[in-house]
Amino acid sequence: MSAADTTTPAKAPPRRPSPPPPAPPGGPRTKRASAGTPWLLLAPCLLVLALVMGYPLVRLVTLSFQKFGQSQLWGFQPAESVGFDNFAGVLGDGEFWQVVLRTIVFAAGCVTLTMVLGMMIALLLQRVSGWVKTLVNIALVASWGMPVIVATTVFKWLFDSDYGILNAVLSRLPGVELIGHNWFASGPQGLAVIMLLVIWGAVPFVVITLSAGLTQVPAELEEAARLDGAGAWGVFRYVTLPVLKPIVVMLTTLSVIWDMGVFPQVFVMRNGHPEAEFQLLTTYSYDRAFVVNDYGQGSAIALITVLLLLGVVAVYMRQMLKIGEVE
Amino acid sequence: MTSVRTLAAPRRTSRLGWNLLGLLVFAVAGFPVYWMLTTAFKPAKDAIDPDPSLLPTHLTLDNFSRALHIADFWGPVGRSLLVSLAVVAIGVVVGMLAALAISRFAFRGRKIVIVGILAVQMVPLVAMIIPVFLLLNDLDQYDKLSGLIITYLTFILPFTVWTLRGFIVNIPKELEEAAMVDGCTRTGAFVRVVFPLLAPGMVATSVYGFIQAWNEYLYALMLLSQNNQTATVWLSNFSTKHGTEYAPMMAGATMMALPIVALFLLVQRKMAAGLTAGAVKG
Repeated sequence: MSAADTTTPAKAPPRRPSPPPPAPPGGPRTKRASAGTPWLLLAPCLLVLALVMGYPLVRLVTLSFQKFGQSQLWGFQPAESVGFDNFAGVLGDGEFWQVVLRTIVFAAGCVTLTMVLGMMIALLLQRVSGWVKTLVNIALVASWGMPVIVATTVFKWLFDSDYGILNAVLSRLPGVELIGHNWFASGPQGLAVIMLLVIWGAVPFVVITLSAGLTQVPAELEEAARLDGAGAWGVFRYVTLPVLKPIVVMLTTLSVIWDMGVFPQVFVMRNGHPEAEFQLLTTYSYDRAFVVNDYGQGSAIALITVLLLLGVVAVYMRQMLKIGEVE
Repeated sequence: MTSVRTLAAPRRTSRLGWNLLGLLVFAVAGFPVYWMLTTAFKPAKDAIDPDPSLLPTHLTLDNFSRALHIADFWGPVGRSLLVSLAVVAIGVVVGMLAALAISRFAFRGRKIVIVGILAVQMVPLVAMIIPVFLLLNDLDQYDKLSGLIITYLTFILPFTVWTLRGFIVNIPKELEEAAMVDGCTRTGAFVRVVFPLLAPGMVATSVYGFIQAWNEYLYALMLLSQNNQTATVWLSNFSTKHGTEYAPMMAGATMMALPIVALFLLVQRKMAAGLTAGAVKG
């Protein structure tokens, strides 16, 4: 704070019962405060981020080009540069491509379902009575506020093969016998359960953000569209959605980033040892580094994941910068 | 919200349909939470009834005492508390200064800083675990809470900067200008005018940041040893001599989740307002 004290405005108006001089045009923004002030304010933040983010990021890249295993970790041997060996090893591995495909399908499923369900529930909340809206909001905020690990253990319990409520309830349906059914015996089925868990945790944020956005959609516009003969879908497609577009883009890109980075859900669901059929890029990279102790290849996989996300990130950034410009 | 008044009669019936649909959403979204709570308060043998009743018949606190005794519970909770509070304290102070810089100053490089701070948020934490683990090893901070606190700033800082920026932008500049015309310095104007208006947003941001730090799992798992585990790791490792006992586990889950959900309820509305600041031009 003391740094800012040094930048007094050019001249304080005299404190006298005379009318104050007009404020300079444009206010403090254009007043040339010393150019150093903002940087002083930013310094602590930038320093911390450089240490905990910048340096590790650089290290991630250099590690990807090094042979780095147990002996390097303990300092018995120096890390040696191996060029593109790690990448060649990873990319030449058929399993890796399966993992990439699985991750993309998984994330795409999560994002699509999250956004569609979120939008539908947000629109539904506009049409229900007040008390129903309150109930739904309570359920949404409770599930949103649940720590991921708690949610994961609860879903483990819901889907437990012997005592899980889901098998018990489904088995009450005529002709269904699921007691003892193990949902995690096959990868696709198990990942579908994990997908449910991710969506259950992600929908509330989307609903609540979209609901906030929906209040900004001018009722007159929707009204006008209706009078011009637009149906419910037409109003949504040509009036509501365009107004919500910035929020939808932001939520979609964020969801892609989050769902590509799903880790604890898979890891805890599979008791810390995800089987081959459950591996996503995140768990795969983790395994390569901390189970096989090949930190170089693990880093290469993590770096490929980050690169895969760059395009999505670019879209998000453009959107956020636009928002940042609205001052 | 909808403003068609001329169709009152058909709308009443359709309202009933929407309400039923809404109740279905409520039931589905709320069920996992409900099931966690009922299991936690059920006698253990009821929990493993092959034909479970959806409504609890007897209530008991046995599962809670079992959860507390199976493994050290307060140690991990204390560590989680300490880490989360420290991270938030540092994050909000440092983040606030940065948020002020990018929301109230025009300077060369502002855009780059914003892009940088946002970009940091976009890197999946999981991808960073390998170099972070090695970094802490080099700094002799492995298995130390201070090491975990430093690394948590990775995701807390960008978040606090961006959220506080949203709150600051919502405070009209004219207020500060008026104060400065009345003879306040820039700093004085901030302390007397902006800061009081910003306080609720800061509290909300702090609480939310606390929740994020409290919930984090991967770094806590990787950067601390078993004897130093945090609450999330404690829960994920929850097992007894008889394998996984779900009733006490749900009791543990309840103890971990309830305070967090309560905090969350307190701040979520405020956060939603801050997050969407300027997102839609009204």
